[in-house]
Amino acid sequence: MQYYLLIPFLPFAAFIINILFGRKIIKDNAHWVSTLAVAGSWIVSVMTLMDVLSGLSVNQNLYTWMLSGNFKVSVGFLIDQLTAVMLIVVTTCSTLIHIYSIGYMHGDKGYYRFFSYLSLFTFCMLMLVMANNFLQLYFGWEGVGLCSYFLIGYYFDKKSASDAGKKAFIVNRFGDFGFGIGIFMIFITFGTTYYDEVFSQAAGHALTRVNFLGFDVHLMTLIALLLFCGSIGKSAQMPLHVWLPDAMEGPTPVSALIHAATMVTAGVFLVARCNPIFSLSETALIVVAMTGAITSLFAATIGLVQNDLKRIIAYSTVSQLGYMFLACGVGAYTAGVFHLYTHAFFKALLFLCAGSVMHAMGGELNIQKMGSLKKFMPITYWTMLLASLSIAGVPGLAGFFSKDEILWLAYSGASPVGKIVWAMGTLVAFLTAFYSFRLIFLTFHGRFRGTHEQEHHLHESPKTMTVPLMILCVGAVASGWVGIPHLVGGGAHFTEFMKPVLGHAEGHGTHAEEWMVMAISVAVGFSGIGLAYFMYVLRPELPGIVTQRFLAVHKVLFNKYYIDELYSFLIIRPTIWVAKNVLIGVTDARVIEAIVNGVPSAIGGFSRQLRKMQTGLLHNYATITAMGIFIIAAVMLLRNW
Amino acid sequence: MVPLNWYLILSAAVFSIGVFGFLTRRNIIIMFMSLELMLNAVNISLVAFSHYLQDLRGHVLVFFIITVAAAEASIGLAIIIALFKNKNTVHVDEMNEMKG
Amino acid sequence: MSMLPQLFFGYFAFAIIVLSLLVITRKNPVHSVMWMLLLFFHIASMYLFLNAEFIAAIQVIVYAGAILVLFLFVVLLLNLKEELESARFVGSWPAAVLISGGIFVGLAASMLSVSLGPKGNFTVDLIQRVTHTKVLGQILYTEYLFPFEIASLVLLIAVVGAIVLAKKRMRSH
Repeated sequence: MQYYLLIPFLPFAAFIINILFGRKIIKDNAHWVSTLAVAGSWIVSVMTLMDVLSGLSVNQNLYTWMLSGNFKVSVGFLIDQLTAVMLIVVTTCSTLIHIYSIGYMHGDKGYYRFFSYLSLFTFCMLMLVMANNFLQLYFGWEGVGLCSYFLIGYYFDKKSASDAGKKAFIVNRFGDFGFGIGIFMIFITFGTTYYDEVFSQAAGHALTRVNFLGFDVHLMTLIALLLFCGSIGKSAQMPLHVWLPDAMEGPTPVSALIHAATMVTAGVFLVARCNPIFSLSETALIVVAMTGAITSLFAATIGLVQNDLKRIIAYSTVSQLGYMFLACGVGAYTAGVFHLYTHAFFKALLFLCAGSVMHAMGGELNIQKMGSLKKFMPITYWTMLLASLSIAGVPGLAGFFSKDEILWLAYSGASPVGKIVWAMGTLVAFLTAFYSFRLIFLTFHGRFRGTHEQEHHLHESPKTMTVPLMILCVGAVASGWVGIPHLVGGGAHFTEFMKPVLGHAEGHGTHAEEWMVMAISVAVGFSGIGLAYFMYVLRPELPGIVTQRFLAVHKVLFNKYYIDELYSFLIIRPTIWVAKNVLIGVTDARVIEAIVNGVPSAIGGFSRQLRKMQTGLLHNYATITAMGIFIIAAVMLLRNW
Repeated sequence: MVPLNWYLILSAAVFSIGVFGFLTRRNIIIMFMSLELMLNAVNISLVAFSHYLQDLRGHVLVFFIITVAAAEASIGLAIIIALFKNKNTVHVDEMNEMKG
Repeated sequence: MSMLPQLFFGYFAFAIIVLSLLVITRKNPVHSVMWMLLLFFHIASMYLFLNAEFIAAIQVIVYAGAILVLFLFVVLLLNLKEELESARFVGSWPAAVLISGGIFVGLAASMLSVSLGPKGNFTVDLIQRVTHTKVLGQILYTEYLFPFEIASLVLLIAVVGAIVLAKKRMRSH
């Protein structure tokens, strides 16, 4: 038996057990089932990583899921370097967040439900990353979307939460529609959905052009962009980013697990996994890079002025995901996955710290009403500070290495838009440092601006919450050390490790240039922190003045560029208008109702007439039978003649 | 030699008389007898066919038909008696329990 | 002399049709049963013409001996006095004339066009030499053994059914 099968199926078993027995039998012990299962997965994942490090690679079909003509889909597993890294990311974050949830969700009435969803999510996510074909990937993809919907709307009695869940689900439909068509195109083109077969044949189609909806397009560009549609939705990129900030309505562990560390990075994983396809299309790569860069900049600017603790981190997530796409778009898939990996730690940590703050503040999320929390919750403060330093790109921490690699490869790579996205990325690095430390300074420094009641309530979180924070903090600091570039004396092990799957993007530049890029990124990081310190600690009156000076800009940023309003005006209101006036008014009332009511009444009327034949008199029946015999005999006779 | 068709037309005539009796008589016992008449009509044609085809399978079929007729008569008459005890009539046009 | 078979057939056919009509038209069921008894003897005779002695025998034994006696029992058991005063036909009998007439025309028309296939092995000579009962038995116990067993099952069910119905009748008293 191959033990790696345990990785997805342990959480699945936990889900089944919790959903079946959670309500009546297990109740407040639900966390044992789920946490132990996920921890088991983590152990097996580590063993799998060891195997992969020693050169193992598995591509095996487990079970034929469907077979129709030449269309064959299996439940199968592909274990290679990329999968191994994703497994570590998913199971580590998942395990720690499960442990954290024990404290965070304590006493909630849907305790078992929360843990069963969390386990189901983990199962789907693992199926997604371990798939060896596109359809199973799609299964996992939709499965995590479903769990995301469940968990965003976990507090379903709160309208904003259930609305946010629906929004996430519906917005994702747009992306998944393209993704689905992309898979159809892959099947039509290659006649298979298995990665290995598709990728080995992809190069043969490098020049193929097809007619798509009347346009003559380059096949690989088409497929890549359709797949990228799915990524845009799942990873909350422009223009489908609107769901992610709203998704913060869910419980904070969910935000940390699904909407920071794992699910939203599935889009990046998809692009990285399909790199043989993307690499064949320069257009697609440029689209990916520009989407990533624009989203990154766009979300970072919104993050500057928001006051909601979790939303700032959510915009930060969108921005960092943009960074990963930027990396993939310039061909540096390794750097993108590396950033995915480091980001998972520090962003999950940021969210869990935010959860810890919320816990202490009694659910308060407005950072303008916080302050001076440093002395009340030291562990949360220090871990969050380290996470922020990491995301700001302070040398030596995880975020620095991955971000620096992205910026260097963007600057020096072969991509035609490399220099532009490098400039944008550098600007984003500055903004990221600024808003991250704005958050830190407003939350933990200065004086407390909340109510007296809240001040009395302030306390450090319980052990089950702080211990995962500290473990993740180690990840946020040290996870980047596996990818220290050659320039500063490291071994770039991560890049070497990923080479068989993701290829190796070479930077074309001198050491001097590389030093320069690194220096600039460090400089902007520190200046962002410095500016935040200046504005929010030294001169706390300054932000108000700046806001007054640039009132219009502030308003646009504060309202998130009015994107939600724009969608509401362009899509939602016309849709509702059509639904109300056309679908309900005409289609439903005149057509469907008419059919629905007409058919039964016609049947009823006919039956009332038909009932009259049912006299109950034997002779009538006998007569009809005899007539039937006569007719049959006559027909047979006439046919034979 | 009598031609086969004569037997067949005789059989058809007896069968039609049976049908007529079944469709018209009010007394369920007579209806039952009409049924036996129809079975006998079929038997005549079967035996005639068998003779002219020099094949005994028709006789075998007649044998089975007589078996079934005996079974049918015993069950049917039992039902008639049960019916008469309940309804105190053997006139089928006075019963409409099967009305829907 | 060659007219003899036709004459015999003519008599029996005529008698069978007349007796059939009598059976279905008599007002008193007892009379119907009596005419039917005569009818069955005529049919049995016709079977003898057709070289089917065994069939003729069971026609007399089973039909005339068992079934008709059963009918007679039932008719006497029910003691239908009012039967003699009420109408014998249902109101819609002209329609029945049409239907049964149609069936007759249809059947007769199709029977006129019957053409026989290849003849089998059981010639009149063979049957007369081996005897009909023996030949029929040989076929019945070899080729038709399984249907024969099924027939026994049918009779068993009839026995059980009759007893069940009779019991029900006892309880209602």
